[in-house]
Amino acid sequence: MGLLSDPNRRRALISLLTRLNAPICGMPVDWLVKTMQARGLEVFTQRFSRTLPFPDENNERYIVEGTNVYGILRAPRAPRTEALVLSAPCSPGDDNNQAVGLLLGLAHYFRNQVFWAKDIIFLVNEHDLIGMQAWLEGYHHTNTTGMDWSPLQGRGGSIQAALSLELSSDVVTSLDIVLEGLNGQLPNLDLANLFYAFCQKIGVLCTIQGRIQRNDWDSVSGYSHAVQTMMLMVMKQASGRSWGDHGLFLRYHIEAATIKGINSFRQYKTDATTVGRLLEGMYRKLNNLLERLHQSYFFYLMPSLSHFVSIGYYMPAFGLLAVILLLRALDLWVQLATPPSRNEDGVADIEQSSTGVLSVLTPLVISHLTGAALYMLPVRFQEMAVEHFQVSETEAVVLTAIAVYTGGLALPHNTHRLISGEGTEQGWRVLKLVAVLYLAVLLGCTALINFSLGFILALTLVPVASFVTPHVPKLLSAVVLVILSPAFTLLFSVFIFQELQEMPVSFQDGWMLYLSVISQGILDHYLYGSLVYPLIALMVYPCWLLFWNILFWK
Amino acid sequence: MAAPLTLLLVVAVTIRAALYRSSLAEVIAERVEVVSPITAWKRVIEGLALLDLGVSPYSGDVFHETPLVIYLFHFLVDYAEITFMLADVISAIALYLAVKEYNKQVVRKKQKFALEADRYPQDCLELIRSPKEMLYIPLKVAMFYLLNPFTILSCVAKSTCGLNNAVISLFILTTIKGNALLSAVFLCLATYQSIYPLTLCAPAMLYLMQRQYIPVNYRRASFWWFVVQYLFMYLGSLFVLICLSFFLLGSWDYLPSVYGFILSVPDLTPNIGLFWYFFAEMFEHFRLFFLCVFQINVFFYTVPLSIKLKDHPVFLMFMQLAVISIFKSYPTVGDIALYMALLPVWSHLHRFLRNIFLVSCVLLACSVLFPVLWHLWIYAGSANSNFYYAITLLFNVAQILLVSDYFYAFLRREHHLIHGLYLKKKDGSEATLVLK
Repeated sequence: MGLLSDPNRRRALISLLTRLNAPICGMPVDWLVKTMQARGLEVFTQRFSRTLPFPDENNERYIVEGTNVYGILRAPRAPRTEALVLSAPCSPGDDNNQAVGLLLGLAHYFRNQVFWAKDIIFLVNEHDLIGMQAWLEGYHHTNTTGMDWSPLQGRGGSIQAALSLELSSDVVTSLDIVLEGLNGQLPNLDLANLFYAFCQKIGVLCTIQGRIQRNDWDSVSGYSHAVQTMMLMVMKQASGRSWGDHGLFLRYHIEAATIKGINSFRQYKTDATTVGRLLEGMYRKLNNLLERLHQSYFFYLMPSLSHFVSIGYYMPAFGLLAVILLLRALDLWVQLATPPSRNEDGVADIEQSSTGVLSVLTPLVISHLTGAALYMLPVRFQEMAVEHFQVSETEAVVLTAIAVYTGGLALPHNTHRLISGEGTEQGWRVLKLVAVLYLAVLLGCTALINFSLGFILALTLVPVASFVTPHVPKLLSAVVLVILSPAFTLLFSVFIFQELQEMPVSFQDGWMLYLSVISQGILDHYLYGSLVYPLIALMVYPCWLLFWNILFWK
Repeated sequence: MAAPLTLLLVVAVTIRAALYRSSLAEVIAERVEVVSPITAWKRVIEGLALLDLGVSPYSGDVFHETPLVIYLFHFLVDYAEITFMLADVISAIALYLAVKEYNKQVVRKKQKFALEADRYPQDCLELIRSPKEMLYIPLKVAMFYLLNPFTILSCVAKSTCGLNNAVISLFILTTIKGNALLSAVFLCLATYQSIYPLTLCAPAMLYLMQRQYIPVNYRRASFWWFVVQYLFMYLGSLFVLICLSFFLLGSWDYLPSVYGFILSVPDLTPNIGLFWYFFAEMFEHFRLFFLCVFQINVFFYTVPLSIKLKDHPVFLMFMQLAVISIFKSYPTVGDIALYMALLPVWSHLHRFLRNIFLVSCVLLACSVLFPVLWHLWIYAGSANSNFYYAITLLFNVAQILLVSDYFYAFLRREHHLIHGLYLKKKDGSEATLVLK
């Protein structure tokens, strides 16, 4: 017995799907409410509205309003303490109609089963992540992002797991799982294993990062295929974006993943019934959970669906990079402590004499003020920029950010006029010691929270940080330092990301993509609380500026 | 010296006032590293609310501060921020004056010994400090206390640790000035707040005896007479305070709530101390044994340290403060800030310190890692309590290493003062000093 073995139900599902194929403006709230009620769910809606800090490229407006519709299937015989969520984002147009249809079909089927021990919430959210954020905040009674939403009238228990569906065509040849969530957080590996196990059982082709895994691990091409898959995951995790609606669940300790149906014109096609059976199987497994998923890893990288690299393997690589910085700090300490002509006040440790501390304080304060400017100015002054220049708001924000970033490069030549005569040999050593330790601690904390971001930053910043002194050839080092700065790292990452996805872009398109990535990063920070933009603007960029200061030390 | 000190006070008060007005104040007030179940401002408000309702503030096991504190805030709750800023300012000024007085005595002692210059070997002259070097030390001490991020966090969180620090600083000031009565009174206030400053009796008595030229010899009657006098003043004030608290609230239930709470550690909220993890995973029938072991650990170091450092009571006071801050049952970063403020007084020991770089790096890294691992444990769910406790352990180990390093440097300097700076073996070749 499986889903839709009953011909009546199959017909009902097909009629639903055909109906949804017709283009609809906005979300058909009333129709969804009626359909869900007809299937015996308790249906509720939630209105939300959000003022964007600046209009996104896709929605050229400041205010986003929408409605979420969700129906709760109550567990027939269990107390209502736990819940599972199945969600499908509904955008205007027919982008995700098949997923909504499948969701409704599944709701109908699940309603007739008696073994459900947890409530199942079928959620159709509007405007993707914004709607999902509004629903989650309403469900958990938090308000972290300043969104306006109407309170939820109906609730299930505490959510144990969630799946989000994205199906854009009737015909599906493979299913892709997306794991990367907000701030690089990943669901428990058990969820990915569950998906893979069911795909194997039912015989559906499954992929991760849109790439099929190969079996020839020994050959060079097979190995490089796996490395490329892993690099894609690293880049997606480092961006701090939520790559599917599931990403926002992870903050609330809810294991979630997004399942995308891909139509890549293969010979063997899978139909909606099989996908439905897969989801039913996964939900039955999740239904049997006695505790939250916590047995497997939370920190992993996946070169393919059946292999993973755990934190015990990849953290030592980062640790070795951090050790370089610590050794350089130790070397500077020894240099500072041993020169022959000194008096007692010159010993350079953290609790040292006021002259030493003061000389370091000025570059530190100025760098951090520049970082604060990079964080606050782009969004604050977009109106002024739009008045004076002929650009849209989004471009104004991005171009202001780039302008402040480049403006910071001119600083060292001006900073020295403020410090009164402390441009000695010892001065830059103290500054470098502080900067190297600051970078080490910063990278360590970043790697703990979002390993990929920490690793990419470490790869580009550590070599430069160790080698820069005022005595290396200035022009060459300045060029190297700029090329390895965070902004250029982002630019190269954009190009490499496109290459890895086998959609290489020309320089023009790459540049436009880069600008949109910056604006998306800033938007993510304001909308969902992504930490990448404040981290880079307020901490990594000032740290890099300190090294730039050291290079131009007089 | 008044002008730089005033400038420093103005800067410190500005920073605190700015932080009070920002949105960070609520975030900081909930951090477990900054507030403990004893010192949290939320609990003081709760106790005040219960008092206003006419119920004993100790019912409900929420409020664990002393009755004097609750009566103080009964009148001052609207001016709470000013009270805490004032407490920090008082601590800073008290430490400034105390260190200035102490430096004067060091100079007097050294100058006296310089007259009998054959007392010290010739090559030790570079170890003896001149008054000019010591001129800025009191200002540095005040700066270290006021501008320490730990103190600022503690003040912005309105943790009553600031009041404890103020009382202990006043105790240090009155002891160094030589006023035995006031010293006993302030020590009794500090003990009344949290039991652990009891161990500061020993350095106080040693210092006052040294100042009054009473030889520290247990066979002499003057020694015992002084001890009896001091203990009488101390215990008398303590008795008065306890009875006063009884009359203020009309019942004895503050005794189990305050002192029973400190000693029996029922609340196992994670903090930067060592108790919570152990007691969270301990079996019930071993609990009393380990409780005794942990509590005796705090008090025990007084005895050997007093015997070794009986000629250097101010350093003993520093070591005792450090031991209390590390090993007490609910430490917070405010306690650490107090003994770290005294580090500039021993800045002449830098040349003998062996681990200062490692210790500073570890303390800095751990302070930054505390909130990161807390986030990973509580919010992201990817870590667990072991990660947080690892950082706690590392932090405390670094503090212990810092304190023992200073102890080693102090003893080594004393050794050099007696035996000469450049040691030679019997055949004239250079000798190295090894600590066994």
